Amino acid sequence: MIQTIGMYMQFPFVRYALAVGTMIALCASLLGVTLVLKRFSFIGDGLSHVAFGAMAVAGVLRISSSMLFVLPVTVLCAVLLLRTGGNGKVKGDAAVAMLSVGALAVGYLLLNLFSTSTNLSGDVCSTLFGSTSILTLSKVEVWLCAVLSVIVVVLFVAFYNRIFAVTFDEPFARAVGTRVEAYNLLIAVVVAVIIVLAMNLVGSLLISALIIFPALSAMRLFRSFRGVTLCSAALSVTCALAGMLVAIVGGTPVGSTIVAANIAVYFLLCIIDHFILIST
Amino acid sequence: MSMIACRDLSLGYDSDPILEHLCFEVNAGDYLCIVGENGSGKSTLMRTVLGLQRPLGGEITFGEGVKPGEIGYLPQQTAIQRDFPATVWEVALSGCQARLGRRAFYSRSEKALAAANLARMGMGAMGGRCYRELSGGQQQRVLLARVLCAAERLLLLDEPVAGLDPGVTQELYDLIGKLNREDVTIVMISHDIAAAMRYATHILHIGSQLFFGAADEYRQSAIGRRFLATEGGEST
Repeated sequence: MIQTIGMYMQFPFVRYALAVGTMIALCASLLGVTLVLKRFSFIGDGLSHVAFGAMAVAGVLRISSSMLFVLPVTVLCAVLLLRTGGNGKVKGDAAVAMLSVGALAVGYLLLNLFSTSTNLSGDVCSTLFGSTSILTLSKVEVWLCAVLSVIVVVLFVAFYNRIFAVTFDEPFARAVGTRVEAYNLLIAVVVAVIIVLAMNLVGSLLISALIIFPALSAMRLFRSFRGVTLCSAALSVTCALAGMLVAIVGGTPVGSTIVAANIAVYFLLCIIDHFILIST
Repeated sequence: MSMIACRDLSLGYDSDPILEHLCFEVNAGDYLCIVGENGSGKSTLMRTVLGLQRPLGGEITFGEGVKPGEIGYLPQQTAIQRDFPATVWEVALSGCQARLGRRAFYSRSEKALAAANLARMGMGAMGGRCYRELSGGQQQRVLLARVLCAAERLLLLDEPVAGLDPGVTQELYDLIGKLNREDVTIVMISHDIAAAMRYATHILHIGSQLFFGAADEYRQSAIGRRFLATEGGEST
């Protein structure tokens, strides 16, 4: 099996895929903790559907590097969602639901009406579930992924203390003069970027799993914010690498294999946590 | 010159006033309790003073070197905080967030400040503990340490003893009283009128009728006597 992996590693596109996949998994896990704690998980889910719709539009318009179109659209929607979310919880919830199913339906409709592809359901399936797109990234997209991942990590580290403050207690942060709206906006924009990146890896339907599972798993083990964040990053990277290797060797779909690895880790940690609780 | 002075203040949401013609002031060293029925606008008043919400009319002026953004605020606990994975240390240190300026990380002096305030609240040895696993009273002590990192002189506390059992409540009142004697000005929303009468130097009663004055005057006033009788507070 190691030989098989070694053989695959000789192909540059496999190495690219592993590198990009790891970076994406790292980024996705970093903000997952904040999203879960702020009860923002649904925004991630909604944005991933928006990204699908944007991808469909990009396909219809025959934009060669679809990421350059999908990214601004998703970021814009993230900003809009946050605005409406501020007016009232119920309204914000409904807005997310409306936007996500709307984008999904319109995206599929456009693909059906205008697509020139001979394998429409194959295209749709790979946008939704990722399949092989991580292996077919163009060089531009690999670099774009790399640069964006580095930016996300740098932003996260630079604003780590403020992200903690805004996540833990918004009214207090506001009262001492922290610009809460600006940081919420930053979080939403970064999440949008992560979603567009992660679409290449696991497809738009499975992105939420990549963001949320590592955070939930880490919360089972650790009791400090820093511990949870670091553990979630480590788990996410491990699961992504393991998932990709299994997928390459076993020929399973990349996205679902990674998510399956994350689910397995989550339940494993639940069981461990349970036994620790009993023994103490 | 007082720390906070409110003149003819009206507050509420969307031009629908909850309270009108409110006048009061807070001077250095005061212990002001804000009392009144549920929904009378106590929390809204606090949020307005903090600048989190725009007043509908009137004015709020700050003096004696107090600036908005340099007032310590202890909000009511949220559901998010009760299952938040963070250590006591991380929570206390986040009180220094306004001191960060353009820096990304806390300096040694900020860490020392957080440690000193945790010790002051009797939580010095608990830094590594998980916040959500603490008792309610311990959590409030951590939040008090945090708010002291943000502001040394003026604290606004929104029902700090809500949901605590009587013994712990008493401890927390003593702690806040001790802070007040150490020259920290306290403005506190309270449901517990008996405790308010015991500790406060001034009372602000809001509702359909308004009262602002010294605690002794409140006890003698018609509104104060009525409220003390209905809320079960003994006038000792």
